[in-house]
Amino acid sequence: METLSFRLSASTRAGGTRMQAIVGVVASGNLEVLLERAAPADSCMIDITTAAHGFGAVWEAVVRDFVDRRPAGGLRISINDGGARPDTVALRLAQGVRKIEEPER
Amino acid sequence: MSDWGMQKAALGERLAAGQRHANGKVVPIPSLPAFLKSVIRSGDRVCLEGDNQKQADILASSLANLDPAEISDLHMVQSGIVLPSHLDIFEKGIARRLDFSYSGPQSARIARMLFGGKIELGAVHTYLELFARYFIDLTPNVALIAAVSADKDGNLYTGPNTEDTPTVVEATSYKNGLVVAQVTEIVDKVPRVDIPGDLVHFVVEAGRPFYVEPLFTRDPAAITETQILTAMLAIKGIYAPYGVRRLNHGIGFNTAAIELLLPTYGEKLGLKGKVCTHFALNPHPTLIPAIEAGWVEQIHSFGSEVGMEDYVAARPDVFFTGPDGSLRSNRAFCQTAGLYACDMFIGSTLQIDLEGHSSTVTTSRIAGFGGAPNMGSDPRGRRHPSEPWLKAGAEAAPGSDAALRRGRKLVVQIGETFGERNAPLFVERLDALELASALKLDLAPVMVYSDDVTHIVTEEGIANLLMCRDKDEREQAIRGVAGYTDIGRARDPKLVEKLRARGVIRRPEDLGIDPLDADRRLLAARSIKDLMLASGGLYRPPSRFRNW
Repeated sequence: METLSFRLSASTRAGGTRMQAIVGVVASGNLEVLLERAAPADSCMIDITTAAHGFGAVWEAVVRDFVDRRPAGGLRISINDGGARPDTVALRLAQGVRKIEEPER
Repeated sequence: MSDWGMQKAALGERLAAGQRHANGKVVPIPSLPAFLKSVIRSGDRVCLEGDNQKQADILASSLANLDPAEISDLHMVQSGIVLPSHLDIFEKGIARRLDFSYSGPQSARIARMLFGGKIELGAVHTYLELFARYFIDLTPNVALIAAVSADKDGNLYTGPNTEDTPTVVEATSYKNGLVVAQVTEIVDKVPRVDIPGDLVHFVVEAGRPFYVEPLFTRDPAAITETQILTAMLAIKGIYAPYGVRRLNHGIGFNTAAIELLLPTYGEKLGLKGKVCTHFALNPHPTLIPAIEAGWVEQIHSFGSEVGMEDYVAARPDVFFTGPDGSLRSNRAFCQTAGLYACDMFIGSTLQIDLEGHSSTVTTSRIAGFGGAPNMGSDPRGRRHPSEPWLKAGAEAAPGSDAALRRGRKLVVQIGETFGERNAPLFVERLDALELASALKLDLAPVMVYSDDVTHIVTEEGIANLLMCRDKDEREQAIRGVAGYTDIGRARDPKLVEKLRARGVIRRPEDLGIDPLDADRRLLAARSIKDLMLASGGLYRPPSRFRNW
């Protein structure tokens, strides 16, 4: 297991009022993403535990693009990764932000 | 005086030798080893029928059981190296030289044997190219073929999997070569005559059907959201603007996703009747929902597909069928149709380099070509216009005289930026080059050449290479859709944004596609069972795909 942590400044605060959301599953080639509204509104904290070693630069590129393109301010994001490909990671992160924006049912 | 009948005389000798083990044209199974030994000569050029689908498997194992002390130095000229016995023939020293096209399941072993010097390689061909050489300089002395049934006169019924048989028989029999067919059974009257009996010299009653690989079945359950996204991009960003009606699809999951999105996403875009009406394509199970929804007017097939026989027979308005009701496939004709009468080829690959060359070769595997390089190439002999062909030609050379401008076939490579085991789709240097230098080949095995490919589709977007004006633009267009691969991360962001502004690169958002809409619920069928239900029970999936 490898752990990675990123503290990034985020220009847009995550929408909605939900306190947390979870998307994906821990499985081979997949990942689980837990999003919590537990960071300062102008930053995004991302902690990753991954089964695949040596992909730090790719993770950094993926999470930087994510915070640039999606409203992620105020979120603490924990990722449990089962060796997912970068496109899957980007998709799950985007799904997570959409989910935390949804009204509570 | 010259003797102009030496080949005819040689055939006469083979016929007489074979006759001693046969009853008329029928060779009983126990006599098969002695029969083969009597009709095959050392040094013969032998076509053992087999491609990526059907296999003359009984004849293959009998050939592999010959004694190399008696028969050796055969030159095998065949579409597929697929069964273990195909390589046993070389391992044992019965055959030495090989010209072939496809080697999917044997790709690792054939590579080892080429490195080990067990096989003397002529060339790796496309199907159509190898067929062409059957008539010029690789004409078989003996063809060992497969059919469903025969009558005592040798008339053959091949059933839906006719595939290569007419081509192999034409080249062999009309040049005084010997044709031997394995059949499931001998019958009084065949359901239809696929091969006339006077071209077939002997038949072997195998007592069981020849082997067929269900190569074109893709389980919708395994299609990922990213593949769905690439399919949405292709449909909205290529099929729709070019109005692609005549096309061929590869066998990957991305094109399976496209087939399953036609009745849902395609319908929503109002594309029914405007795209995907005519195919050169095997009966893909994943096309069933689109056929049932009335999208497809006509399909010509290279071969059949296991389990699709009853469905095809029940849809004769769409498929080519014989008087017996079953599919008539023909690989040579369908490859020709895919080359000349289709406006687009779209398929997946393993590696794409910075120029746009693509290859399915890795350093330890040689999968061969099959038909993709033929269909995935721009036919220079084409003369008939069509809207997509003209539009692509105009994009490639906007300043030229329209009446003198060649059109262009759309050749689209589609895939995710990272493939299986996180292997990047985009590379600095193709593994095919290492392989070519290790094996001292004159040519690196390239599936689709850079100057044929027109578009690359990944989850990051579409690169239109027709609109690139120089090598630099082309490289950045490729880097610009290469995602988080090393190639993608080393892009020049400014030039990529310029290309995007010109529409050379189009992102999902440029096409009004939200990646979050790429949901499995968009698939018209989400499992093999759904496909079976969509066919009204006519599709009978092979047991390995029945997971319920």
